[in-house]
Amino acid sequence: MSAMPVTPPEEDDRATPISSLPIPEGARPNLALWVENLSVSFDGFKALTDVTLTLEKGELRCLIGPNGAGKTTLMDCITGKTRPSSGAVYLESRLYDLTKLSEVRIAQLGIGRKFQRPTVFQGHTVYENCELALAGKKGVFRTLFARLSAADRTRIDEILELIGLQDHAKRQAGLLAHGQKQWLEIGMLLAQAPSVLLVDEPIAGMTHAETERTAELLLSLAGSHTVVVVEHDMEFVRSIARRVTVLHQGKVLAEGPMAQIQKDPRVVEVYLGA
Amino acid sequence: MERLREIHSPRAWMLLGGAALLIGVVIPLVAPEYMVPLLGKFLCFGIAALAMDLVWGYAGILSLGHGLFFALGGYGMGMYLMRVIAGEGVYRSNLPDFMVFLDWKQLPWYWHGFQSFPFAMVMSLVAPGVLALVFGYFMFRSRIRGVYLSIVTQALTYAATLFFFQNAAGFGGNNGLTDFKRILGASLHDPGTRKILYLASAIALFGTYLLCRFVVTSRLGRVVTAVRDAELKSRFCGYESTNFKLFIWTLSAILCALAGALYVPQVGIINPSEMQPSNSIEMAIWVAVGGRGTLGGAVLGAWLVNGGKSWLTAALPSAWLYALGALFVAVTLFLPDGLVGLGSKLFRSMGRLRQPSRPPT
Repeated sequence: MSAMPVTPPEEDDRATPISSLPIPEGARPNLALWVENLSVSFDGFKALTDVTLTLEKGELRCLIGPNGAGKTTLMDCITGKTRPSSGAVYLESRLYDLTKLSEVRIAQLGIGRKFQRPTVFQGHTVYENCELALAGKKGVFRTLFARLSAADRTRIDEILELIGLQDHAKRQAGLLAHGQKQWLEIGMLLAQAPSVLLVDEPIAGMTHAETERTAELLLSLAGSHTVVVVEHDMEFVRSIARRVTVLHQGKVLAEGPMAQIQKDPRVVEVYLGA
Repeated sequence: MERLREIHSPRAWMLLGGAALLIGVVIPLVAPEYMVPLLGKFLCFGIAALAMDLVWGYAGILSLGHGLFFALGGYGMGMYLMRVIAGEGVYRSNLPDFMVFLDWKQLPWYWHGFQSFPFAMVMSLVAPGVLALVFGYFMFRSRIRGVYLSIVTQALTYAATLFFFQNAAGFGGNNGLTDFKRILGASLHDPGTRKILYLASAIALFGTYLLCRFVVTSRLGRVVTAVRDAELKSRFCGYESTNFKLFIWTLSAILCALAGALYVPQVGIINPSEMQPSNSIEMAIWVAVGGRGTLGGAVLGAWLVNGGKSWLTAALPSAWLYALGALFVAVTLFLPDGLVGLGSKLFRSMGRLRQPSRPPT
């Protein structure tokens, strides 16, 4: 509760708790997400050590690193699934410290997440999946009497068309092919209208053509959304990445434009060369 | 109008109307007098089955403690029926007979107000509702689910049984509350009163059915099923899953209490055996037999199992529990979707399509 907004975003001096770390010059007004000195340990195993990461609004960032580098743990911390042992995650102008909030509250603040394994509501139809994801009030009594407005229907239709599932609207989501489920989950993310999208391995199990379309989609989303993509497929990362952050053994190993990262000898050693 | 069509297709509405006509008009006209309370009892079981299906079939919460809410509703009604005949008991005392027997001089504070029918009715529903709300809050907040939840609810109803068995609890100990005479001035032994109680149960059953149907066809219903299938995902979609579970759980407890309150005047007794763990398990079996996640199936399951029980306990009393156990095993193994699932499978293989949503096993 300590992280409730008390002032408008422009003048957040009284917002809790502001760290002593200086904000990068000029980055402040455009900051979408700010991860600060984040450390996580599971029974002594340090999954993340002092990770600091800033994301600007509208940026498309790729997060790469070998298995066990802490990519998914970082996602878990941002979305409230895992509590860090120290450090903070701030949204926008550091009004909210996400590490103090519940998953639900974080989702409502506009952070959407696509899981590594496609997770859709298997028993519901494709259309209902989109309906459930739709942005809006999500309290118990509101949903009891909620009706889809014309605008809602248009939005769902648009999304279904975008993800190419318009002909499957009435199909049970559990019966979709793997790639289609991935797409549906991305569609559900869009329906949530989040400002920050965290996308964990979006192209796993997709065909070549599907992968290309996913790349197009993610690129088109950047700009209006801040997008973080975790991906193993280097080909794919090269095709979409502008800035890349490399995680290794729970630490940020390198960060910069893709071309520069590819030449970095430390990165080559732990990851790219392999 | 559109909402009505979402609740049921026109054909299903007609079927429902037909069922209402049969149960509400035809049966009371043709059923022999001695059958009326028995059938009324079945209607109450139908309501309890709906409550159970709401929480298990749709929300995936396998409660093995719903017998407690049923019994508490019954106790609320029983307390009214005891208080309304104050001074007419064996001891001619203002207190219920069992209190005189215990040599109590004063009415315990929690019995006050129960001479009023509206108060007693409200309490019959509110008390179990509040219990469910508080217990559910802690249970869901601690993220207890699955088999652990079943065990915890089972323990709750068992603890309550032990509590109600005590004479000092002030609910008549193991004899419970009985020797009722009148409800709202009408004799409970009068066939007319019995018929009215039967009709009240029928109205409550259809009301409950429509309410449940309204809930499960609403967006809330879809959220609840989403929580059942992928709770974490639902949270990442912005739904506070705990609140949704708590809502369904409490609503279900209140509906179960309503069933209990209607049941007691028709059977003439309420005692702690009604909240024994086995009763709650039986409720789960009704729903499993009928078909989880299909409201009509749950009611049907309740009637079939209880019909079988009435027949078998008369024909071969010692075999009942074995038959019940065998039934549960057989349904779990061969009919995961219950009789309704079997029915729709047959229906489909005959060429036509329309499948109910299928909860995961």
